[in-house]
Amino acid sequence: MKIAITSTGKDLDAQVDPRFGRAAYIIVVDTDTLDFEVIDNSENKNAFKGAGITAASSVCDKGAQVLITGFCGPNAFKTLDNAGVKVANDASGSIRDTIEDYKAGKFTFADDANAEGHW
Amino acid sequence: MIISIASGKGGTGKTTVATNLCASLDADFMLLDCDVEEPNAHLFLNPTFTGKERVNAPVPEVDLSLCTYCKKCMEICRYGAIAVAGETVMTFPELCHSCGGCAVVCPEKAITEIDRFIGTVETGTLSLPQNPSFGRGLMDIGQVMAPPVIRQVRQLEKEKDLTIIDAPPGTSCPVIASMKGADFVLLVTEPTPFGLHDLTLAVEAVKLLGIPCGLVINRAGIGNDDVKNYAQDENIPVLLEIPFDKQIASAYSKGELLVQALPAYKEKFKDLYTSIEAIVNRKGEA
Repeated sequence: MKIAITSTGKDLDAQVDPRFGRAAYIIVVDTDTLDFEVIDNSENKNAFKGAGITAASSVCDKGAQVLITGFCGPNAFKTLDNAGVKVANDASGSIRDTIEDYKAGKFTFADDANAEGHW
Repeated sequence: MIISIASGKGGTGKTTVATNLCASLDADFMLLDCDVEEPNAHLFLNPTFTGKERVNAPVPEVDLSLCTYCKKCMEICRYGAIAVAGETVMTFPELCHSCGGCAVVCPEKAITEIDRFIGTVETGTLSLPQNPSFGRGLMDIGQVMAPPVIRQVRQLEKEKDLTIIDAPPGTSCPVIASMKGADFVLLVTEPTPFGLHDLTLAVEAVKLLGIPCGLVINRAGIGNDDVKNYAQDENIPVLLEIPFDKQIASAYSKGELLVQALPAYKEKFKDLYTSIEAIVNRKGEA
């Protein structure tokens, strides 16, 4: 299955970016083959408004079924939830370790946003 | 003539200047409280309210049976107020700035605009001898979009030859909405580093709009001379100074007008108006 992980870099040795909407990159990886695709989120990182919403839409486009990140705000969560993408928060460490942790069942899925929206 | 009273920094005395200017005018006029997040001019002028109208902002509604998920709506929205995620479209009305772009670009005509209630405009009369008109906007609780409410308040402007606007603090969209189209912006500041910092931002905004401005220094006597030096460098006239005075603070705390507590100020506010009139007329002749 495909999962999306927010990342500070473009490969599996990069660290998890704790932000979702304004993460540097989002890595969409196949958990079986470790084949991955990088979403360059740089434009969105400096978005005026609605960064989380736009990032959520990109994640859905890539066919990810799960998003793993540090913090996910209310609008992003709502968008992902509506599109059927599950969200796991509070991730840290390398992307590679995060994938292993996910496969080992160490994440629980959130049922709500874990960060405040902001204006 | 439209005079907008703004400040940059909050709490410098915009409402004090606006209400006391109103109480000192001989001409007929209208006061508009455009600080729609927390209007307070009414506390000092005790208006009688006679009218109330709703402010609605158009927001998109998507007919999913027509949608092909092409994302054109999402691409045109710079506020992320509409999002295609998988086979669903979500709208975030609180982020929508009501430009209508999404409905225009939708090739399937799947988007219609529906009204969203965001606030009210109240109208009435001030308890002053010439019975001037009063209007104010009030955003509904939980709303964040002030400019549409301010624009609707300002539609009242055309009713009188002279309009005084009490603007919100800051330099963002609500302030621009309260200054745009004014003949003069009166900036109220205090002589402190914080006052100067935000005044500088406000002056930049006024310059962009190309409106002549002048300064009222409130709480004069505290801080330092940096505001005056700045005004001199920028060629902005200081039209009135109100001292940091316990009697003034005491009157304010009781909801009394400065010109009632210290009647000598009435002449100062009349002079302030005369100075503004002269600047605006001079610009008109130029």
